Amino acid sequence: MKFIVNGEEQDVAATTLHELLSLLDYQGRWLATAVNGELVRSADRVRHRLAEQDRIEILSPMQGG
Amino acid sequence: MLSLYGTDFASRLLLGTARYPSPAALAKAVRISRTNIVTVSLRRETAGGGSGGAFFEMIQELGVSVLPNTAGCHSVSEAVLTAKMAREVFRTDWIKLEVIGHHDTLQPDVFALVETARILSGEGFQVFPYTTDDLVVAEKLLEAGCRVLMPWCAPIGSAMGPANQHALRALRAHFPDIPLIVDAGIGRPSHAAVVMELGFDAVLLNTAVAAAADPAAMANAFALAIEAGRQAFRAGMLEPRDMAVPSTPVIGKGVFQ
Repeated sequence: MKFIVNGEEQDVAATTLHELLSLLDYQGRWLATAVNGELVRSADRVRHRLAEQDRIEILSPMQGG
Repeated sequence: MLSLYGTDFASRLLLGTARYPSPAALAKAVRISRTNIVTVSLRRETAGGGSGGAFFEMIQELGVSVLPNTAGCHSVSEAVLTAKMAREVFRTDWIKLEVIGHHDTLQPDVFALVETARILSGEGFQVFPYTTDDLVVAEKLLEAGCRVLMPWCAPIGSAMGPANQHALRALRAHFPDIPLIVDAGIGRPSHAAVVMELGFDAVLLNTAVAAAADPAAMANAFALAIEAGRQAFRAGMLEPRDMAVPSTPVIGKGVFQ
């Protein structure tokens, strides 16, 4: 399926958010995810089913002022 | 002690973590500043990356509290979602709320700021709003649930120092029991001392330390200035006068003519 991941279109054979993160090699426990403008908590990624053209944001900590 | 949402802190300096020449320089500045609170942010992670995790693990080793921000957000929905994602990652209800209204001045959109603060306070966040020095906006933010106010004293990163001391004094006078933190515009330690002398509770700095030739030495200079300003405020300062007043008593002076 095609998704918009961090602003870029990607074709990934994933049906859940957890699968997508795994297939795209997003690692570590310091990730925050949102799908179509809604937060998806870490514990909910396994059962969060994705749909064609879902907009997925994957954020992690960085320096800030 | 500085009390923020029920937690007490010894240091009155909050330090940003951006723009340091290296992670080591950041860590050294944090340690030397004696700060208890650093600001952090969230950005898009790259696939196979992990740089964000490495950064945050370094911050955790410093033993300080983190205040996540919503930097770069320009709308209510963006700021609300960013705050929720920050809570998920950083595991704190604290959020430094920034809703930017102008690209050049980075002035907050105070209307969106108040609306976002109300939403986030209702969802259990403890909001630290980056705002202007406008008294009415401050009142609205308190009505929205904020228990800390963080007015700028000049635009972010401008290093101009307190541009409108009258407005800062008015905020202090109107909200004697609300922690007031100057959040932006400080360029040098004397600026920090001035706002602390006005009775502000703390100062939040980033660029003035991070972009100094020696960030660690500047962090120490700010820590000393903030402490000096606080002690001066508590000691009670002389108000300016129009005329000279002799410091040596005149009575009893010898008469030689």
